[in-house]
Amino acid sequence: MTRTLLSRTRASQPDEETKQTTTISSGGTAMRVIVPLQGVVQGRGGLFLGSVIPCALFYFLQLYLRRKHRDDPNDQDDPARDPNAPSPSGSAGKLAELSGFPRNSSRNLLSPRSPRGPVFLSGRVNGIVKSADSPYYVGLKKVLEDPYDEAGNPNGVIQLGVDENKLTLDLVKEWLVENAKGAILGGGGEGEELSISGIATYQPSHGLAQLKVAVAGFMSQIMENAVSFNPSLMVLTAGANPAIEMLSFCLADSGNAFLVPTPYYPGFDWDVKWRTGVEIIPVPCRSADNFSLSITALDRGFNQAKKRGLKVRGIMISNPSNPVGNLLNRETLYSLLDFAREKNIHIVSNEIFAGSTHGSEEFVSMAELIDSDYLDRDRVHIVYGLSKDLSLPGFRVGVIYSFNENVLAAAKKLTRFSSVSAPTQHLLVSLLSDTDFVQKLIKNNRERLQKTYATFVAGLKQLGIECAKSKGGFSCWADMSELINSYSEKGELELWDKLLNTAKLNVTPGSCCRCIEPGWFQFCFANLTERDIPVVMDRILKIVNVCKASS
Amino acid sequence: MAIEIEQPSVGLSKVAVSETHGEDSPYFAGWKAYNEDPYDESSNPSGVIQMGLAENQVSFDLLEEYLEQHSEASSWGKGSPGFRENALFQDYHGLESFRQAMAGFMEQIRGGRAKFDPDRVVLTAGATAANELLTFILANPGDALLVPTPYYPGFDRDLRWRTGAKIVPIHCDISNNFQVTTQALEAAYEGAVAMNINVRGVLITNPSNPLGVTIQRSVLEEILDFSTRKNIHLVSDEIYSGSTFSSSEFISIAEILEARGYKDSERVHIVYSLSKDLGLPGFRVGTIYSYNDKVVTTARRMSSFTLISSQTQHLLASMLSNKKFTENYIKENRERLRKRYEMIIQGLRSAGIECLKGNAGLFCWMNLSPLLETPTGEGEVALWKSILHEVKLNISPGSSCHCSEPGWFRVCFANMSEETLEVALKRIHNFMEQRKTASS
Repeated sequence: MTRTLLSRTRASQPDEETKQTTTISSGGTAMRVIVPLQGVVQGRGGLFLGSVIPCALFYFLQLYLRRKHRDDPNDQDDPARDPNAPSPSGSAGKLAELSGFPRNSSRNLLSPRSPRGPVFLSGRVNGIVKSADSPYYVGLKKVLEDPYDEAGNPNGVIQLGVDENKLTLDLVKEWLVENAKGAILGGGGEGEELSISGIATYQPSHGLAQLKVAVAGFMSQIMENAVSFNPSLMVLTAGANPAIEMLSFCLADSGNAFLVPTPYYPGFDWDVKWRTGVEIIPVPCRSADNFSLSITALDRGFNQAKKRGLKVRGIMISNPSNPVGNLLNRETLYSLLDFAREKNIHIVSNEIFAGSTHGSEEFVSMAELIDSDYLDRDRVHIVYGLSKDLSLPGFRVGVIYSFNENVLAAAKKLTRFSSVSAPTQHLLVSLLSDTDFVQKLIKNNRERLQKTYATFVAGLKQLGIECAKSKGGFSCWADMSELINSYSEKGELELWDKLLNTAKLNVTPGSCCRCIEPGWFQFCFANLTERDIPVVMDRILKIVNVCKASS
Repeated sequence: MAIEIEQPSVGLSKVAVSETHGEDSPYFAGWKAYNEDPYDESSNPSGVIQMGLAENQVSFDLLEEYLEQHSEASSWGKGSPGFRENALFQDYHGLESFRQAMAGFMEQIRGGRAKFDPDRVVLTAGATAANELLTFILANPGDALLVPTPYYPGFDRDLRWRTGAKIVPIHCDISNNFQVTTQALEAAYEGAVAMNINVRGVLITNPSNPLGVTIQRSVLEEILDFSTRKNIHLVSDEIYSGSTFSSSEFISIAEILEARGYKDSERVHIVYSLSKDLGLPGFRVGTIYSYNDKVVTTARRMSSFTLISSQTQHLLASMLSNKKFTENYIKENRERLRKRYEMIIQGLRSAGIECLKGNAGLFCWMNLSPLLETPTGEGEVALWKSILHEVKLNISPGSSCHCSEPGWFRVCFANMSEETLEVALKRIHNFMEQRKTASS
């Protein structure tokens, strides 16, 4: 199960990425040959020959490769030969098994394989085979099969691996129950006719103007009115995941890279890399300074990428960060801008937890720095969404906020693949325009997060487990390195396994977040009730004792 | 005083700057003209009438009636499944009740002649996303899908833009009413091979857009056989399956597969959506139905980039599971579309214009080739421009659908009121009269 993960080393250069680079474009390696050759050929006509010969070689190499490819169409089916596949792994049978729901009736409808071999599927299919083994999916599956319920299933698996906020759902529900019907279809107010044509027909795919205004206002409120957002710089998407993917498509070509500080949200591997072919260069942050972002580390990452022949197109930061929960201060943000300017690259600032801060420190949005007439507007893009701060992940509302009109133009067109559903848009226009309600929600959300965070951290401390200082988000980043057998990824995963299968707690191990220090775990607490917390602590205590006994 | 320093502009990707989004074509230029000067019965009676948008507005009242009577669908009051679960629900499997409702609805549309397994239904935010997603899964960048011409102009963007895939056209012409032939399939395939392009599948639209015609059983069998021989995929975009004018004339690829005991079915994938049949394009509801396990699993994971709002799933699950409502809706909708079709055909005929005999869809395929100055693409564009600017009708020229024969136009008839359609027909009548007097 963990074979592919164990084979990954802790070096700052992840080996799957290495494998991918060398196979992605033979052009990359070939270009490195051309430059030195030009120097070799001297004398009259040297420059000419020096250019022509390598180009000719390059051309014939491409021709040869293309011919070889074409002659063996059936070999495309074999993941081992497919240039886009990472390490070959499970068979199709394994995939079907992992899909997780009964297939009885439909299996009967499928014929035995045709004698020509299975029909071709793209390299992107193989991209998910590896991820199906990851702790994220294994844990999720366990929770689905055996979910904890205080009354009905007290021994079930408690979900601490998903960044969901249930703390203020009651407030949102209250509002919706009272106002929803009218908000979607009309017929709520006096003389207002029930009308579906307004929401049923084709809408601008990048979002209703009214909703953009409402979201811009909401974002401003969330950030304590330190900055105002311009609705015309906004594009709405079906969730923050597609927003990130769209920006990856717009800012980088296949084979280019983004610098991403670690530990990072595991979903980035999909959102940034999967269909785009873009790479992530992890930039390690360390516990010694609470996993803070350092420009030196960014610079190192940039240079390492250059050595590998990878073109870095941008930096992707999360602020507040996930999973650690750090806030980037003004100084750091300015340094980031300087760095990006120096390298002429983009900055994507994922600010999806901006409203979910729970300390006294102020949140500073990248937008605040760009607000005045800044020369670097074109390189800054902000991602936001309503999944976290408004607890409505199911409604699928994400935001790309960019100062770059070309990016906006491209992103607008891309939203036809991922737009917000019209009835949802109408509903949210009403909800977000109710500023009193929004104010109440933001305040309560922060208070409840603060309280739950404090309780959870205190609980862990009592068990001897320290957490990184977090200022925002829905999780604690806990140091359980004292409890692992060997100070390695293997040791970490063994503990993860104990937590999942013995303690029945689904948590995310640091390796999923590319953390270079083994033993850190993410505990999401915002989907727990007050009564759940002692249950969780109790179960962790059992594991702590087990670990201490065996060491 | 600030000194303006030339900054090297920060680069964008090829995808971002590419023209493959296709929005510079006449198809979209006409929309622009409409947006700038839209017809309105009272306030702008001489504005441009939009006949380039395949939207179904003929049955809105039925939907409104349903929602009026079933308020629990659009709210979370007592008795309806938990709001909490709904708001947090972002599982890419989709609401089970909604998948079941979709599968059942698809069966109803096909008169129960094919069965659909809810576990094979993958949900996407619209058929646009479904087609792109399938292309990502079935083809690598540089590979091709074979698509019969004329085809929906949006395919150029949906199948090619981010995916890097190519479209190789299967040429069809009026000699056999634009039907696909094995000859044309083979020619397209060989053409691709000659250009060193790997063909990964055939993508058909049935009923066809822009032709407005259902594909005959024998042709479907031929296409399926061809795909099997070449060991490639077959995608059947059946988003107009509920918009046929009679219940018996549409044959789904699902029926062909069932008749064959599902032999070789793992190469077949169906795309569906509620945008056309149910007239709900704003809701963004699409689906991929695949007979291939690996495709289902991958599509499901990929659908995380294009999930349907849980609120919408909740709302539609109850509507689509109400068999009485759906049965009545399907029947009424068909009847109203048929009447509209008859109306426009009559109107055009009395103006001296013939159309391809259609039996489905929200549009007709009009033949204006006798009017062309020159029987070429340029002649067609010139005629299209004069219709847009003089007659103030936005219709879609065949060239934007890659039709190999100039002079054909797609005219939508379901996205307006009957009154507006009357106005449009009158304008066409006058236009034809003027041309007659001018030439005599």
